Amino acid sequence: MAKITMTVNGRQVSGTCDDRTLLVHFIRENLGLTGTHVGCETSQCGACVIHMDGLSVKSCSILAVQAAGSSITTIEGLAKDGELHPVQAAFKAHHGLQCGFCTPGMVMTAVDMIARHGSNLDEATVRAELEGNICRCTGYHNIVKAILAAAAEMGGVRQAAE
Amino acid sequence: MYETNYHRPASVQEAVKLIGGAAEGKYLAGGMTLIATMKQRLAAPSDLVDLRHIAEMKGITVNGRSVRIGAATTHREVASSAELGAVCPAICALASHIGDPHVRNMGTIGGSIANNDPAADYPAAMLALDATIVTNSREIAAADFFTGLFETALDDGEIITAITFDAPAKAAYQKFPNPASRYAMAGVFVVRRDNGDVRVAVTGAGSSGVFRHQGMEAALAGNWSPDAVGNVSVDASDLLADLHASAAYRANLIKVMTKRAVAAA
Repeated sequence: MAKITMTVNGRQVSGTCDDRTLLVHFIRENLGLTGTHVGCETSQCGACVIHMDGLSVKSCSILAVQAAGSSITTIEGLAKDGELHPVQAAFKAHHGLQCGFCTPGMVMTAVDMIARHGSNLDEATVRAELEGNICRCTGYHNIVKAILAAAAEMGGVRQAAE
Repeated sequence: MYETNYHRPASVQEAVKLIGGAAEGKYLAGGMTLIATMKQRLAAPSDLVDLRHIAEMKGITVNGRSVRIGAATTHREVASSAELGAVCPAICALASHIGDPHVRNMGTIGGSIANNDPAADYPAAMLALDATIVTNSREIAAADFFTGLFETALDDGEIITAITFDAPAKAAYQKFPNPASRYAMAGVFVVRRDNGDVRVAVTGAGSSGVFRHQGMEAALAGNWSPDAVGNVSVDASDLLADLHASAAYRANLIKVMTKRAVAAA
């Protein structure tokens, strides 16, 4: 057993788990943050995507002990003061989800994608960047639309702030 | 996954010591293959020695044309390195197409090379670039390093700490990814040096892993153009065949990927 400490959504948390416990199970079962989903658990579908030290990663393919000492952001950490994150709002506005199972991973992927590409994102880049996230409902069309809309809005916000 | 014991060394020396003391230890780099394999119970190391927190194994150094990439450098870091992109953009492009963005944030060049998956991209680059694999105890030429499917010249407990190579005048990598897994069904890395030397290394297709294609090299040394490849014959008898592609299909893919790579270089 390992006793591990990490920062999750800005809060320092500790827990005890087996060395073999996957990060996604630690997040869901030890911390009770069930927004991060377990889809395929074989590193294909991306439902479990979170941010570790600012980078998007698949939490089903990382041990919780590997993440000890890191700073984690899950889907629960995006909304601030009851306001949806612009990416979450865009998924809602553009109907970027149907059953919603892949959505936490899609949103976390989109946030990372927009952080790297900013408002320069185009449709081809978004589709290429979604390589590691699978959605069985939407056909991706509205997901792509939502990400482009969020990128434009967040780029706009950034310009307004400058 | 079977039980295991996790260790986090801060130095190469400490990592080697930890592996030495383990019943059946394995080094854990990004874990993008190893963790998946452990989940399937196809690997059951008693101990995992995490290499992600060893500072001396990280980072990219470029001195003139001489390149050194720390083994714990992630695919994302290779893909996005401006100084590497200035001397050898082909290896950055290769890294940018491994797996998906999340996998690239964890997976490392050292882990990929040590695993030597027959469909992995980096082995082709190492062979074509005539890279040197630096370990904690010696330097191994890429030509001597990849010894078979998932087999390398590494001894038990030996760690890849870095890879080095001289950036060539021209280089490019082209792969035909499997539509489902995105692993290369044939991937070709071509290199042309200032002195006219040409290297063509093929991944994803060889039944004993990555290999150089001398026929392509001779043709391209005489005439560095995509057309030069047209009449080169690719022997299908040593190529992989599976439900995705026959050996003959892969033989043709090697030719097409070589042409595309030369055109892109």
